[in-house]
Amino acid sequence: MAQDQTVVGSQPQIPVGDGDLTDELISAAEWTDALVSRAGIPIVDVPFVTVGGGFGSFAMVDYLRIAGVPVSRIKVLGDSREPWKTYEYLTNNSQIPRRERLRSDSGSVLDNIWGFPSYAVREAWADRSPSALWNVLVEPYIGRDYYTPRAGQVFESVKRETARIGWDEMVAVGVVRMVRKRRDGGYFALHTPAEGPAKRVAYRCNHLHLAVGYPGVKFLDDLQAYRDTNQDYQRVVNAYEPHVHVYEEAKRRPCTVVVRGSGVVSSRVLQRLVDDRDNHGAQTRIVHLFRNYVAGPKGDKLTFRRPGGNGFAYQGFNFAKAAWGGQYRSKMEALEGEARKSFLESMGGTNPAPRRSWKEQIRRGKREGFYVQEIGEVESVQPSADGRDVVTVLRNRAGDRREIDAQFIIDATGLEGNIEDHRLLADLLEHSGAGRNPKGRLDCAPSFEVRGLRSKGGRMYASGSATLGCYFAGVDSFLGLQYAALRIADDLADAGFHPVLGPGRSISQWFKWMRNTPI
Amino acid sequence: MTPTLSGRIQTRIALLILIGGPWTLLIGPVLPGRDGAPLDVVYKATFTALLLVGVVGILWELAYHGLQQFRWEKDWPTLFGLLLGIPEGVLVFVLLRAGFPWDVGDVPVSLFITHFATVWILVWLVANGPARVPLRHWRYRGGRIL
Repeated sequence: MAQDQTVVGSQPQIPVGDGDLTDELISAAEWTDALVSRAGIPIVDVPFVTVGGGFGSFAMVDYLRIAGVPVSRIKVLGDSREPWKTYEYLTNNSQIPRRERLRSDSGSVLDNIWGFPSYAVREAWADRSPSALWNVLVEPYIGRDYYTPRAGQVFESVKRETARIGWDEMVAVGVVRMVRKRRDGGYFALHTPAEGPAKRVAYRCNHLHLAVGYPGVKFLDDLQAYRDTNQDYQRVVNAYEPHVHVYEEAKRRPCTVVVRGSGVVSSRVLQRLVDDRDNHGAQTRIVHLFRNYVAGPKGDKLTFRRPGGNGFAYQGFNFAKAAWGGQYRSKMEALEGEARKSFLESMGGTNPAPRRSWKEQIRRGKREGFYVQEIGEVESVQPSADGRDVVTVLRNRAGDRREIDAQFIIDATGLEGNIEDHRLLADLLEHSGAGRNPKGRLDCAPSFEVRGLRSKGGRMYASGSATLGCYFAGVDSFLGLQYAALRIADDLADAGFHPVLGPGRSISQWFKWMRNTPI
Repeated sequence: MTPTLSGRIQTRIALLILIGGPWTLLIGPVLPGRDGAPLDVVYKATFTALLLVGVVGILWELAYHGLQQFRWEKDWPTLFGLLLGIPEGVLVFVLLRAGFPWDVGDVPVSLFITHFATVWILVWLVANGPARVPLRHWRYRGGRIL
């Protein structure tokens, strides 16, 4: 079927539609070429389509290009030309500007499929300083936390790689409304282009990859209710949405800020608030609410005990490191159903990195009284009597109620992972027969192929947060996206889509990468 | 990378053969302390040392793996991998001197240290980066090659 990218137009049927979605298309579980043509939607043939256009798509395309797939056989359907754009928007909002460090391992090198040279080696080389190298040698001891790259280093290096692999030639900017199986094999991805005369374009492909990221930001129910009822989007904010006004206001006058959540995002928010106290004289008082307070290490077995304390369960990354390449990766792949879900949850959950600077700020905040921890269930959040503050009503474990007056509440509990909230994924569940894994997300095989959606020779894959609960834990990480890309590329090579990337080609491609030779 | 038990053992043996072997051949003629000894005598000692690092190393790997089980992340600092060459080297030297598994003559300390240390550092360097280039799956499989 699909060869190189060819605009087929709307033959052989005479189009009757105006180029937009029809009821017939919406209701059909599988589309035929004639059905699409009748709607007047132009068809573009391309053998491989990746939907998302962010880091998940980038990791996938980088692998395929290095394996030898030409630009003409790949299409990236994304909402931006820059694969780092959405990620940078979220990291910026959550107080990680380009100069600050992410929570990612030195070897999780997004722009380099081999993970060598690592971010630490490259930073040491660029800075002409052995500091980063010493860090990866001794981490997490001798006064060093786990090394993590600066956000700016990641974005700049991805930018370099996009130029090398011809990314711009493969991207079509717009929104993918839905993907459907094609009756004669392969898939259609229905795209609404951001520019050009066509209302919709149907990309007809053999293989399709979904890397659509999170559906949106997640709010705690009581905070969502407060926002909906009071239409107040200034005082109750999410850490992932723009909320710099909170910090600005707190610098201008003494404020109380309630922080909800105890993961890595809350740590960044706390750091910003304390940094502003230290560097700008802010008089902010922080009230940190915990529902589950971690007082010490967690785990019954000596060989499965996570460090903890101060309310937090600590680990270097989202999961124990062995989940990416060690014994826990193998174990995850061998587990099924509830056992896999339970193991995944025991390794993951809400946890920040045990950075020394964060621990010091918390210790100092407690000692000096500007940082207070409260434990309990929130009963309600409402405006204060004078309408100027936000009052959180908390019931602690002893059953006592208390009210916390604050100028701002920051919800740092994370991003929305429910795949039903994503229009494209919801459509896939409803119309195409995709299933759910034990975590309720997209059910995929260890190869990241979405189960139940094989379309004659065509295979559909997914990577990223939508696949949490499948056979790999750290799906929502740089290395997880690269691991997914490796497994998918292996599977596509098995299917004959491209030659196997053997050791010889791998070495020669690595040298090309080192010399920044375009491919 | 956090290794699995089989990954540790496979990586150790593979790198000793692929890196340690050619290096031992290359460095043999210029090792210090040779004192005019024929090359075959030097090679007998140095390749026996390599064999011991591989075979006795399996026991070491069992110990390392066991100890790492008590760490949540199942890793430990990369520098440990380098420093563990000291106890491993001492044990290999003692075994060689004791004529285990066979008599290799009186191995000079300077010859042994130069050979062992350079092999150890080379293998450690390759395992911490370049091995990933030909072996794309290696780091995800906890060091397993087969």
